[in-house]
Amino acid sequence: MSRRALSKKRELSDEEAKELVAERRGYVWGLLAALVLTLIPFGLVAYAEIEPLTLYGSIAACAIVQIVVHFRFFLHITLARNKREDLQLILFTLLILTIMGGGTLWILFNLYYRMMPGMIP
Amino acid sequence: MTRTAMRHPGLNLGPAHADAEDTREEMIFGFWVFMMSDFVIFGLLFATYVVMLGGTAGGPGPHELFEMKSVFIETLILLTSSFTFGMASLALKYREDTKPLVIWLIVTLLLGVAFIAYELKDFHTMFGKGGVPSRSGFISAFFSLVPLHGLHVLAACIWLIALLGQIAVHGLDSFVKTGLLRLAILWHFLDIVWICIFSLVYLGGLT
Repeated sequence: MSRRALSKKRELSDEEAKELVAERRGYVWGLLAALVLTLIPFGLVAYAEIEPLTLYGSIAACAIVQIVVHFRFFLHITLARNKREDLQLILFTLLILTIMGGGTLWILFNLYYRMMPGMIP
Repeated sequence: MTRTAMRHPGLNLGPAHADAEDTREEMIFGFWVFMMSDFVIFGLLFATYVVMLGGTAGGPGPHELFEMKSVFIETLILLTSSFTFGMASLALKYREDTKPLVIWLIVTLLLGVAFIAYELKDFHTMFGKGGVPSRSGFISAFFSLVPLHGLHVLAACIWLIALLGQIAVHGLDSFVKTGLLRLAILWHFLDIVWICIFSLVYLGGLT
């Protein structure tokens, strides 16, 4: 029995072997990038002495980049042509969320401003 | 580029798993549509939470209730579990035996359970500080958003156990493969929702 049969690894063609290396590297890069993008906002909140507005901005920026990293490396959503449907669905969902979530915030904070100023954090 | 043509979100199994690939593509796309509608639900609960931020009614607020350390640990656990599920997907795609697949899945399951345990411990601490859902609108909104994510993780863990059972009984047939690919999408998606939760709810609240 060859070593390969002992390890019960499926016989991989050269192409598949290359693909495995590339895909595994993708997951590792995704993990590292996500880790860095997690450490930055936690570190900023824990240790940095900066204005709240800048802090909110940096947290939001890290979160958005990390979401893109997750979509790209873990969910394999790319700009490749045959995947456009999946990406379109995400963009459509974002549109719906912008309208409904943004509309909610707009209406209710306007209402607070006019009637219940105490509710504005 | 000689990469496998991408047919659906998540890792594609490629030509070596060509059995039932058309059905798989449809089923996974359907699941993707469901995931996106789930995304809308979470998005609206986030909006509700932001609207209720000021409604503490004199009760405890974010600074009294949240602890950064345990949130950080939960974040790392969930991120690692996403990675281990990725490794399980690779084992599914490139290995014939189920052993590495099952090991990675069990590691993922344990991380998922650890996450839920940590989150429950967090809620328990919050209850101890008077942060019960009926105390104020702010805490009600918190408990409609964050535990919903926890419930999703719990459901994913139960699904994972069911799939482990199916692997044991049926082996890796095409239904089990499809199930694993869909669960992978759910698992990675829940990690994305968690990014929004720790950024907006916890870090935003502790700023």
